[in-house]
Amino acid sequence: MKKVFAGIGGMATAMLLGLAPAQAQDTIKIGLIMSFSGQFADLGTMMDAGVKLYMKEHGDTIAGKKIEIIRKDSGAAGTAPDVAKRLAQELIVRDKVDIIAGFSLTPDALAAADVFTESKKVAVIMNAATAIITARSPYFARTSIPLPAAMGALGTWAAKTGGAKKTFTMVTNYGPGIDSEIAFQTAFKAAGGEVIGGVRFPVANPDFSAFAQQLKDSKADSVYIFVPGGEQPAALGKALAEHGVTPKTVKIFSSGELVNDEPLKSMGDAALGIISGWSYSWTHKSDTNAKFVKGINEMLNGRNPDQFAVSGYDGMQLIYKALEKTKGNADGDTLIAAMKGLAWESPRGPVSIDPETRDIVQNIYLRRVDTVNGKPQVVEFDKLDAVKDPVKLQLKADGKLNPDGTAK
Amino acid sequence: MIARFVSLLFDGFAYGMLLFVLSVGLSVTLGMMNFVNLAHGAFAMVGGYVAIALMNRMGWPFLATLPVAFLAAALFSVVLERVLYRRLYRATDLDQSLLTIGIVFMSIAIAAYVFGTNQQPVQLPDYLRGRIVLGDFSFGVYRLFLIVSALIITGLMVIGLEYTRFGAQVRACVDNQRMARGLGLNVDYVFMMTFALGSGLAGLGGALAIEPMGLDPNFALKYLVYMLIVVAVGGLASIRGAFFTAGLLGVIDIFSKYYVPWIGGFILYLVMVGLLIWRPNGVFARR
Repeated sequence: MKKVFAGIGGMATAMLLGLAPAQAQDTIKIGLIMSFSGQFADLGTMMDAGVKLYMKEHGDTIAGKKIEIIRKDSGAAGTAPDVAKRLAQELIVRDKVDIIAGFSLTPDALAAADVFTESKKVAVIMNAATAIITARSPYFARTSIPLPAAMGALGTWAAKTGGAKKTFTMVTNYGPGIDSEIAFQTAFKAAGGEVIGGVRFPVANPDFSAFAQQLKDSKADSVYIFVPGGEQPAALGKALAEHGVTPKTVKIFSSGELVNDEPLKSMGDAALGIISGWSYSWTHKSDTNAKFVKGINEMLNGRNPDQFAVSGYDGMQLIYKALEKTKGNADGDTLIAAMKGLAWESPRGPVSIDPETRDIVQNIYLRRVDTVNGKPQVVEFDKLDAVKDPVKLQLKADGKLNPDGTAK
Repeated sequence: MIARFVSLLFDGFAYGMLLFVLSVGLSVTLGMMNFVNLAHGAFAMVGGYVAIALMNRMGWPFLATLPVAFLAAALFSVVLERVLYRRLYRATDLDQSLLTIGIVFMSIAIAAYVFGTNQQPVQLPDYLRGRIVLGDFSFGVYRLFLIVSALIITGLMVIGLEYTRFGAQVRACVDNQRMARGLGLNVDYVFMMTFALGSGLAGLGGALAIEPMGLDPNFALKYLVYMLIVVAVGGLASIRGAFFTAGLLGVIDIFSKYYVPWIGGFILYLVMVGLLIWRPNGVFARR
């Protein structure tokens, strides 16, 4: 009799054990590593709002699998990349996630690259914008922007059409800043302009007046600016205005961050005329975008989305579309293969994932700050279609790009 | 050449004065009361958010929000002092640090919950913006305003602490609590008021800092390092020390960033290390 019970018990145990993995296979876990606190907390808020909005619109089930999100705070993004790496390891080893997404700043993504290569898990970069990131692991795909794509386009335009002859560059001294500085300078010189100087400021820098003074003393007729999100765009914008540097006296070219809503509100009329080259503004005119802006407005008490929100939204979109294609198979190699070449209509316009580099290909818009309904606002006036990252194009031309999109 | 030099000097000094207003309260609480108050930045943030809320939601003029920012931060600190701080007046430095850094993290989370993680946009009235041009020289109006504010605060503090009855009481309570108690002074009350004063100044500094430095929940932590540098280098409990140190540090920071930008962010710390090796108790320390 005892043996019978033992047998039944054993069978029951075996059934339970057998069932458990079957259940696990019905969910796909996605780990989000974002800066929810610290200097770049707002970036995390925006990216996450994009993720939430996409899931609200499209449900939490795809190809018969339930999507489960695990959120992790990478803290002071960019300044503690080891945290991002540790979180990636924990998510994969302990929480057994299938996909990881997020990454607020470049150092975070670079630090974690090896983790994905070794574990063969796909990671979707929703912000970190240095060109080289996607070449550091064959499992990276990006939905934000390779900075040089936008900054190269801006540099060419500034010299050819924008009437800038002698320019000065001001960038934050870290990966993306240097990346964008090189891209802008290279394109600007190739188009016949002259770079007469430049400065790179520290990532943590409360007062910009010394740099504003340098720009003023350089007698440049134009300036190129890159600063990451956070408090810096507004602080720099104000320091420039305070030193009499406004688009009326010096042509100002910048990436998207300087002309997001908050810095624009702080700068006021001093911002009128700033030219930026970027992939997204909430003022972009399309039905997809109107719906997206409305969704974010409702989610964030009336705040408008910025590039971080749209990258989070598209990051989720990429994951959903790829899972649909693989019929719910989240295996790293299968999933990344499915992502390559995917194309869709994003709130920022048509986008696709370059099958060679796994980086995003998108339109770059040239925009000017104008008064709309009595307030400074970004207005698109020109665009370049389907821009690829020039850095990786160059790598490819030099024969330094592997078939899987990593750099030699 | 001279115009540029004067301009840098002016910008640097104004930046220093902002650091001074933010730090002087810490000099009072840390220096006089001997309490390791790392939550000083949180009190500054309270002032900042009160000013922002009054301006952006209720349409108050900027200048009118300043006294309210002072009072709000002072009041908030009194509540904390009564509930938490006073229990730890005799505790070790480590206990005090743990308590106050905990308050910092909680304040960051609360601010993010109530106001969101975004930068709070602020538009000053026209009379505080732009520049005044005098021949070759030109000065930012808001920076001028910062300098004047800092001078007024310094004057009031020095007079208040050194020439008034309350100031004498504060000094008595700080120097020898038992004796002060024996003479019939209400030490508890004096400490509470002193703490409120220090925190109120932080609140005022927070409101003044929104324009040049911006405001988001991380404010409570972001500028703590600068505040501690000013207090440590200036010497504890020295209003003059904090004033001169903050001014000096501001000027050094701006000059080094202008002339040697590639290591500009670092020179400030080198100077701090040098000064502290020269005078470990602070440059203007009394003892």
